[in-house]
Amino acid sequence: MSIAVRNLTKLYGDQKAVDNISFDVKTGEILGFLGPNGAGKTTTMKIITCYMPPTSGKVDVDGLDNAEHSLEVRKKIGYLPEMNPLYMDMNVVDYLEYSAQLHGLKGSAMQHRLKEMVHMCGLEDVRHKDIGELSKGYRQRVGLAQAMVHDPEVLILDEPTSGLDPNQIVEIRNLIKQLGRAKTVVLSTHILSEVQATCDRVIIINEGRIVADGSPDQLQQEFQGAESLTLELKTNLSNPLEQISPRLRSLASISGVDLLSTKDSFSRFVLHVDKGNDIRESLFRLAVAEGWVILEMHRKATTLEEVFHKLTTA
Amino acid sequence: MKALPNILPIYKRELRSYFNSPVAYVVIVVFLAILGWFFTSNLFLMNVASMRIVFELVPLIFLFFVPAMTMRLLAEEKKSGTLELLTTKPVRDVEIVLAKFFAAWTLLAAALAPTLLYLITVMSLGKVDIGPVISGYIGLFLMGGVYIAIGLLASSLTENQIIAFILSFLMVFVLFILDKVLMYVPDAFASTFEFLAIDFHFSNIVRGVIDTRNLIYFGSLLGFSLFLATVSLERRKW
Repeated sequence: MSIAVRNLTKLYGDQKAVDNISFDVKTGEILGFLGPNGAGKTTTMKIITCYMPPTSGKVDVDGLDNAEHSLEVRKKIGYLPEMNPLYMDMNVVDYLEYSAQLHGLKGSAMQHRLKEMVHMCGLEDVRHKDIGELSKGYRQRVGLAQAMVHDPEVLILDEPTSGLDPNQIVEIRNLIKQLGRAKTVVLSTHILSEVQATCDRVIIINEGRIVADGSPDQLQQEFQGAESLTLELKTNLSNPLEQISPRLRSLASISGVDLLSTKDSFSRFVLHVDKGNDIRESLFRLAVAEGWVILEMHRKATTLEEVFHKLTTA
Repeated sequence: MKALPNILPIYKRELRSYFNSPVAYVVIVVFLAILGWFFTSNLFLMNVASMRIVFELVPLIFLFFVPAMTMRLLAEEKKSGTLELLTTKPVRDVEIVLAKFFAAWTLLAAALAPTLLYLITVMSLGKVDIGPVISGYIGLFLMGGVYIAIGLLASSLTENQIIAFILSFLMVFVLFILDKVLMYVPDAFASTFEFLAIDFHFSNIVRGVIDTRNLIYFGSLLGFSLFLATVSLERRKW
């Protein structure tokens, strides 16, 4: 079940929320939609789920135009909106039954599916409680269960982990991974570790435009800047910065050396290395030649955080 | 119902949410308390055993009562965001509107049903011409239906329940007042005003004369309001 987004533009008044974006999501792919608040993630998702039409452009879900075949498309999609709206006065099972009925499930097949969802989403203990009494983590599970109840082929999840505590985030992520197997999933977030933990592919969107598209690893490589290297040495030199720095600088492709701290005979440095160079081996040989003891050497590549920051700030 | 399969689940949920919250009970109790006070004072103080007071008073109470019942129907779901969830399920907008309309109409019937006790009281005290009473109830039910459709329209226009209440009150009040201001209206428009007034048609029905013109009036007003409510729900797509 693939999704094809073509030249999507959405205007609110004269403000462009989404500006001519196109992308495809392949069957079985988990796509992370990344961007700062107000970048157009939610708007794009609302258009894919047929909540509102685009100003121009179109979306095909499984080859069906979602404006022309709106009902058909909506049958295939499970959607968890941004604020996870729920009927607070309904109990969990009744609510899931309601969602199932709206998707045309009935009879014993529906009852079976409801049991399955309650079990999968870990809702056994709260199944007869009113949703209004549940904690945020449980509500999020109800929201997911609701989106999954008809076993949709496409899942659209808008910030599924926002507002949860770290344990709940891990739980929900695992749930998404488990439930999303063999489904096409689009999830939006502004938490970067989430993308690295769950997604096969990332689209970074800023001010309504796609600024990057690729796997988390690809993006890190593509947008790699200067690397840095943390080095901790044990020496018996009295003035490490002055005595060691010139020796370090003599290595090729080191553009800067900072002393982080020095205490007794231990000193920590940060070395700035030009893009795409690995100096660890030559550094080791230098240390051996000089009689320094390397206690720590740690190479820090560009993180997705930095890629994100670079792409989304002008 | 086959073509619109989602009316039933939405209707049931809506009705359950009326009776899960104090809304239904408060509305019914207040309605019956006001009506009961006038009915019994008529009965004991004036020694009049008649259903007339019911058909005179209920249209007035409906002016406040129905907007209070309908103000939350769409406004609340808009505000909480559940409408977004509902409209992204394979559900037609018209199903949502009709289901909510029927749920409110059912609540209205539930509020009217206990007034049949008055009828039993009156019947036990004297002879009642049952024809006009039956047509009077039909009239009340139709009038309530029109008010609900208008209230649903008002509720679809805003996500603020108070605004929905005021809007629907204003709209039904205009329908109600039209034939009471005839003396200020140029003669050329007088008959039009009268025909548009809801009380004009209602009083015909209460007299026991159910004319097609009256039915067409109620039916078209009801249908048109529901149509506008559906259009207004689709407004997000404009």
